[in-house]
Amino acid sequence: MASTVLFYLFAGIAIGCALSMVYHRNPLYSAVSLIGVFIALSCIYVTLAAPFIAAVQVLVYAGAIMVLVVFVIMLLNLDHDKPVTRLSYLYAIGGFLGVVLLAQTFFIFAVVKKGPKADIDPNVTVGETMSIGMNMYTKYLLPVEIVGILLLMAIIGGVILVRRLSQPEMELVVEHELELRHHEE
Amino acid sequence: MEPTLTNYLALSGTLFTIGAVGVIFKRNAIGMFMCIELMLNAVNLTFVAFSRYYADVTGQLFVFMVMSVAAAEAAVGLGIIIAFFRNRISVDVDDASLLKN
Repeated sequence: MASTVLFYLFAGIAIGCALSMVYHRNPLYSAVSLIGVFIALSCIYVTLAAPFIAAVQVLVYAGAIMVLVVFVIMLLNLDHDKPVTRLSYLYAIGGFLGVVLLAQTFFIFAVVKKGPKADIDPNVTVGETMSIGMNMYTKYLLPVEIVGILLLMAIIGGVILVRRLSQPEMELVVEHELELRHHEE
Repeated sequence: MEPTLTNYLALSGTLFTIGAVGVIFKRNAIGMFMCIELMLNAVNLTFVAFSRYYADVTGQLFVFMVMSVAAAEAAVGLGIIIAFFRNRISVDVDDASLLKN
């Protein structure tokens, strides 16, 4: 009984925060609402007996990623999102597509009835850190290594995207550009 | 009465739909980025719920992978947004029309 109450409480918080995120035009309000969604989902992971995932959710999503997003919003000093002035009927089409997507999702979940029928075994400890660590570094070692390489690529990509060109490099680029225009003329 | 697997899947589907509709409605790149994060989280919830009800750890490991990809996406995506802002002084996706003509 208690778990049902908790589920509906956190599900309500998650859906409410998600709607508020889409509704608000100020990106900072959206970001704070999204943090609410992450925290509520983390609580749901705790009720699903996955404490490690819940902790990582708070650390990585609510901590690292959202701090980065808020940092970028403040760095760029973003304005409010402009409302759609032209093509406002696109809102209606977007809402309709959303309803269709929701119906499709529920249809898939309703039709595919291959889920386990038995109740949960309370003694199962798959969500514990020990079990996750054992599997991660034995059975799933290769995916973990691939994720490491992916993160390295992301670091290099982020640095290259954000860096400014140095003065000689910039001169080279400008020179090349001028040469191209000269050829066109 | 315990919440069943169907409850979790319904919550996940609802969150995913809100995220997808948000990507359509939002006009600045950061808002779209946050909606994508919401969709990734909805899928993560499905993985954890299935992992719980099948008593299999694979789903939770996959959630870990999804989180790593989301972190990489945040680094590269925000880098792209900053680079775009530098050139256009805006993050409105309608201004990203260099390849249009």
